[in-house]
Amino acid sequence: MEQHKLRELEAMCIQEAPPACTAACPLHVDVRGMILELRRGDLDAALRVVRKALPFPGIIGRTCAAPCTSACRRNEAGEALAIRALERACADLGTHSPPALLPSRGQRVAVVGGGPAGLVAAYDLRRKGYTVVLLEAEAPLGGRWRDLPERELPRSVLEGELSELEVLGVEVRLRSAVAGGGLDELRAEYDAVILATGAWSNETFGLERTPDGRIRVDPVTCATSREGVFAAGSLVLGQGEGSAIQSMCDGRRAATTVDRFLQGASLTASRQGEGPYPSQLYVRTEGFAPLPVVAAADAQAGYTAEEARREAERCFPCACLECVKVCEYLAQYKSYPRKYVREIYNNLSIVAGTRHSNQFINSCSLCGLCGEVCPNHLDMATVCREARETMVAQGRMPPSAHDFALRDMAWSNSSQFSLARHAPGTTSSEYVFFPGCQLCGSAPEQVRQMYGHLRERLGKVGLMLGCCGAPAEWAGRQDLLAEQLARLSAGHQSLGQPEVILACSTCYRLFKNHLPEARLRSLWEVLDEAGLPAGARAPQDKVALHDPCTTRQEPQMHQHVRHILQQLGCRVEELPLSREKTECCSFGGQMWLANRDLARAVVQRRIAASDTDYITYCAVCRDFFAAQGKPTLHLLDLLYGKDIAERAHRPAPGWSDRHENRVRLKRAVLKELWGEEMPDQPSYESIRLLISPEVRQRMEERLILVEDVQQVIEHAERSGARFQNRQSGHYLAGHKPAAVTYWVEYSPLPASGQGQELQFVVHNAYSHRMTVESSQPG
Amino acid sequence: MSENQKATATPEWVCVRCGVPLEPGKVNVGYLDSAFPVDLPRCPRCGQVLIAEELALGKMADVEKQLEDK
Repeated sequence: MEQHKLRELEAMCIQEAPPACTAACPLHVDVRGMILELRRGDLDAALRVVRKALPFPGIIGRTCAAPCTSACRRNEAGEALAIRALERACADLGTHSPPALLPSRGQRVAVVGGGPAGLVAAYDLRRKGYTVVLLEAEAPLGGRWRDLPERELPRSVLEGELSELEVLGVEVRLRSAVAGGGLDELRAEYDAVILATGAWSNETFGLERTPDGRIRVDPVTCATSREGVFAAGSLVLGQGEGSAIQSMCDGRRAATTVDRFLQGASLTASRQGEGPYPSQLYVRTEGFAPLPVVAAADAQAGYTAEEARREAERCFPCACLECVKVCEYLAQYKSYPRKYVREIYNNLSIVAGTRHSNQFINSCSLCGLCGEVCPNHLDMATVCREARETMVAQGRMPPSAHDFALRDMAWSNSSQFSLARHAPGTTSSEYVFFPGCQLCGSAPEQVRQMYGHLRERLGKVGLMLGCCGAPAEWAGRQDLLAEQLARLSAGHQSLGQPEVILACSTCYRLFKNHLPEARLRSLWEVLDEAGLPAGARAPQDKVALHDPCTTRQEPQMHQHVRHILQQLGCRVEELPLSREKTECCSFGGQMWLANRDLARAVVQRRIAASDTDYITYCAVCRDFFAAQGKPTLHLLDLLYGKDIAERAHRPAPGWSDRHENRVRLKRAVLKELWGEEMPDQPSYESIRLLISPEVRQRMEERLILVEDVQQVIEHAERSGARFQNRQSGHYLAGHKPAAVTYWVEYSPLPASGQGQELQFVVHNAYSHRMTVESSQPG
Repeated sequence: MSENQKATATPEWVCVRCGVPLEPGKVNVGYLDSAFPVDLPRCPRCGQVLIAEELALGKMADVEKQLEDK
């Protein structure tokens, strides 16, 4: 991933964008931070947060025009948060110690005018280490705040907060009016001058003016026509043209410019975040119950600490997290995409040293729901898939990560399953049925029946068995994917490029994305149009429809499936997340292989979406849900199931069963349709095993297939390389057919009679990937 | 990686080809670009090594995971 790409992706995730209140506040008070501390009951910390942006919280907490309130998203659920009152509570009830100053810079700044703009400018510049002289024409300080009645702003609060300027070391000179030529003197004596004399001042100090007679300033920098002289506040904004908080913002803007000016930095670079702006944060508020504002028992005294805490509790707080809300994977890693893309970028950039995010990258189901719900369509699926490709290219993909699935793919494309033929008795195909490896592994009988139905309805329908190559794509193996596509393409060509009928939406998507020359139809579209098998019927009870995640971009498929269910008179419940917002069953992207605990949680979450039994049209979704106890039907069960209710409860086939089902399917169609025998199978296939359900379950969890065990025993029995336990008499043998060494503890079961084949009882099986080398002892 | 404890648990295993009980012996286990010498039960005649279930699923699995950055 290039750095500019990272920045682009980071910018798409707006979770870290300031919330509406902070964005609307001219000084950008961190309202969410304040709220967090108030909820904890830590008023001192809350005050520290407020004061980071706001020098006079007691004054502002009483007098601010509070643009934050109209921006607050609580408005959409009850009333806006009383942010100003909360700031006041922080100021009144929190303890404050004067802030630290930066080391003295030795440069001198004159600020003319003791109103809100001048006060903030003086305060900010003093904190930055400048020597600041504040000149006020009258006395005392405070400008327009002086005009407010005592009950609105007690003098004690005003004077208390303004006295901090002198505590910090600002030299305040009262009754020091500056007029006309006075600016020349100031400019001679000081390194920079800020003019903030207020709206009532008509003085323009000989500076360039606007047509209405005000001092002309650059709106971004507050610079006047004279070098080193800046102007801010209502002097510039005009009478009644701005609240005190806007004047303060302007004073801060001028102070920032002066700091840059005196340090020789650019006055204009990166200043877009100053002043109020519309928030980029996307927030959905419709899920929140409306709540009224907490009223202070004594309005004059303001909130007590407890009242402030209760009011703070009303803040949501604002967050986007649209993707995290709907994705168990994104939620479990406890962050959000802006952080995740940075982690992935860092992970891919590590040259030497441990890469900590490999499992994270391999755990994504690549289902694309995040991109669908994201206001900016940031799609982690694309990010994770590309990251996997990079890992493979760098030679840093953990070898074990996708191995099992890739071997399954290779197996499905071997002579044990793969096949491409015209319909029996024909020499051309108008269509070809591609049922996909998982449906054949789960429901071979239904595939056989469906192939018959398609031939009956459509005539010349060929058959292609094999894997589409999705595991290669999910593993980031572009090399294997290219090989597989070439194989599919060759098979398709050999049949004369007929229209492909796909039963699996993962195959459908893969064909669509990578074999654009192939004309495609989903099986559901074909059935919807060409008619259902005669025995098709609805289940007795209502079913909830789960759309497989690879149908997300296929609305027509959603429609055809619903139409078929409707034709059957099926009572269908729609799940809250369905169609383009459907969830993955954890098979996608090989999540189930990379992160089993997460995969379990993903399935649990999905099957908890409704108490109703599910129906779906992906064999893996069905089997993964059923494996965790959710009665789930496959759409084909309605077409061919003898006892539909029972079909919903059938257990998921294990990985070995899936192989066996595929072999059985191929053998059956070869024999029945083409009158042929299976091509020669590997010799170990004839080894007969007796495996208890417990051992079978263990093998399943350890991803050890029956054929792996057969190979170990064949090797041990042929070579004699095995151990025997003196007590139990069991044999133990290890064998490494490829990358993994399998160990099997077994005993031969003596043939019970003449002509009986030898069988082996399997007691245990385990595996490892480390290699073992032993020199000849001696 | 030391796996002496496995050696003690294996005198009941006999190498069928050579007909002798296993004894602890130095062998090299490796993965990716790393290799470690360890003591494991093996046949003192033909050198065939036995990897016990506890070792395969315990220490070996841990080391594999570590070396893979998985």
